[in-house]
Amino acid sequence: MALDYDLNEEQQILRESVRKFAEAEIKPVARELDEKEQFSVPLTRKMAEMGLFGMFVSPDHEGQGLDYVSYIIAVEEIARVDGSQAATVAAGNSLGIGPLHYYGSEAQKRRYLPKLCRGEGLWGFGLTEPNAGSDAGGSKTKAVLDGNEWVINGSKIFITNAANPLSLGVTVQAITGKRDDGRPEYSCILVEHGTRGFQAKEMHGKYMWRASNTAELYFEDCRVPKDNLLGKRGDGFHQMLATLDGGRLSIGAMGLGCAQGAFEAGLRYAQERVQFGKPLCKFQANAFKLADMATEIELARNLMYKACWLRDRKRPFGREAAMAKLYCSEVAHRVSNHAVQLHGGYGLMKEYDVERYLRDAKLLEIGEGTSEVQRIVISRHIGC
Amino acid sequence: MKILVTAKQVTDPDMKIKVKPDGSGIATEGISYKVNPFDEIAIEEAIRIKEKGAAEIVVVSVGPKDASKEIRSGLAMGADRGILVVSEGFTDPWTVASVLKKIVDEEKPELVLMGKQAVDGDNNQVGQMLAEMLGWPQACFASKVELSADRAKASVTREVDGGFDHVEVDLPAVITADLRLNEPRYASLPGIMKAKKKPLKEMELKAMGLDAQPKVKWHKFQAPPERKAGIKVPDVPTLVAKLRDEAKVI
Repeated sequence: MALDYDLNEEQQILRESVRKFAEAEIKPVARELDEKEQFSVPLTRKMAEMGLFGMFVSPDHEGQGLDYVSYIIAVEEIARVDGSQAATVAAGNSLGIGPLHYYGSEAQKRRYLPKLCRGEGLWGFGLTEPNAGSDAGGSKTKAVLDGNEWVINGSKIFITNAANPLSLGVTVQAITGKRDDGRPEYSCILVEHGTRGFQAKEMHGKYMWRASNTAELYFEDCRVPKDNLLGKRGDGFHQMLATLDGGRLSIGAMGLGCAQGAFEAGLRYAQERVQFGKPLCKFQANAFKLADMATEIELARNLMYKACWLRDRKRPFGREAAMAKLYCSEVAHRVSNHAVQLHGGYGLMKEYDVERYLRDAKLLEIGEGTSEVQRIVISRHIGC
Repeated sequence: MKILVTAKQVTDPDMKIKVKPDGSGIATEGISYKVNPFDEIAIEEAIRIKEKGAAEIVVVSVGPKDASKEIRSGLAMGADRGILVVSEGFTDPWTVASVLKKIVDEEKPELVLMGKQAVDGDNNQVGQMLAEMLGWPQACFASKVELSADRAKASVTREVDGGFDHVEVDLPAVITADLRLNEPRYASLPGIMKAKKKPLKEMELKAMGLDAQPKVKWHKFQAPPERKAGIKVPDVPTLVAKLRDEAKVI
């Protein structure tokens, strides 16, 4: 009797409550925020009041102390309604709060975590550079120790939550020297907004996640105290990889929620819309399509929860996280594409929302490791 | 003061219910369960009373073992402790009112707040029966509840056909909540975590020593007949004629 598919009571209540919140507070404004390409401070505050930031952080640092499955369910339920807000929450937790929570010194945690968990501030994770996307090892941003200060030079791009009125700071991965084997030494350094030489610029003209906040970061002789080093010097690459393992689960959850939301919209429309004298769902071409969508979502959810289950049991989950991210994001794309197709001409109109799901789904195959990179990760795990 | 609130487990009101082919009940496959929305409003009202001045809120549910989730939902919103009376078999309003009477006798609350009805059976009887059994005043279908400063009286606005009715009741009393009494809060994530540690007592209905056999018997379940499509009439005189001659409503 070891296999158990039931969520526990708290997880069930959490799903109900976050779903209700998302339907009532996010859904009515999602389309307009997307259209205006606008990050909403009031909505972020409401999500914070709900306790959606710092979900897996212990109550000692004002987090909620939830397990990872619960966190993933919350992200999934928000993504079921809107990808942009799910992005704010997922990046806020796994990329913003995550590294501080896992690698920060007690002083760093005390300084930042309570504010971030209360949602009074957001924190970014600066990894990608204009010339270093999938090739994260090719990044150029450097930090040199000068007395008691790090001097940072370089730039970062596509950094979520890093240039809005709530942004407090970023974790920057930088080259801090050379290892014994001649390869670059990477470390992560914390930089607060307002530090001289640090600039964050909001990026516009996005195809998807238009109501989430995306930034370019510029560091020009930016000086921060030596103690702003996160964890140990030289641990940056490892910290980044571990953070991305967790981040993949968030992206997977967003794919799952996106697929669920698009599926529900597609099914509802196919049941209601009558052509040739019967509802669309009574045509086998559509019925089979919907059956495939439901099956793929079921598979995606099982894979996703299993990866979180492994993580909650402190077992290796890197392989399953990559699989879940790959599969859930591709399912999100296929399902939202079908949902638009089922809607026909109306599916192309913003009024029907499914086009937004299709746009938002596309990011999931690119961000936090493209589908190609996931396949590399998986292939290494299986011995290729 | 102590407030007793109810949290009945009902089938998710957003789901389509199907009757079993043999008519013996509701097909439960794939059905999820939630707190009766009217009870949720009652719980919210109790929490608002507590926010204005000290109160202990006890959530009671009569139902299957997994109705503990509905009680925990109430605790996650802000109630203090729960009592689950496990009853796997069929219960009717009489049984439930009898159970609640016994719990009220033991807990001695100053106020019982409950939904005006549950959205599954739509009986709208338990509150009234309970007040009668206790010999307490009742104020049903409340859209506004205000307690006096000394918390000895409640002034209640009731929604009745064609308007509002204002009544004042001495506490202890039974008040049932209507839809517009308030908008229940969401259980926040910290609230859900706190609820985990709040006490929830479980007891068996059979072991309560009650003579509360249901007075209602279920014979057969049947889906309501499908509604026929309406018709369009060309003008008002035709409409009036149809209402008078065919529908015979005017």
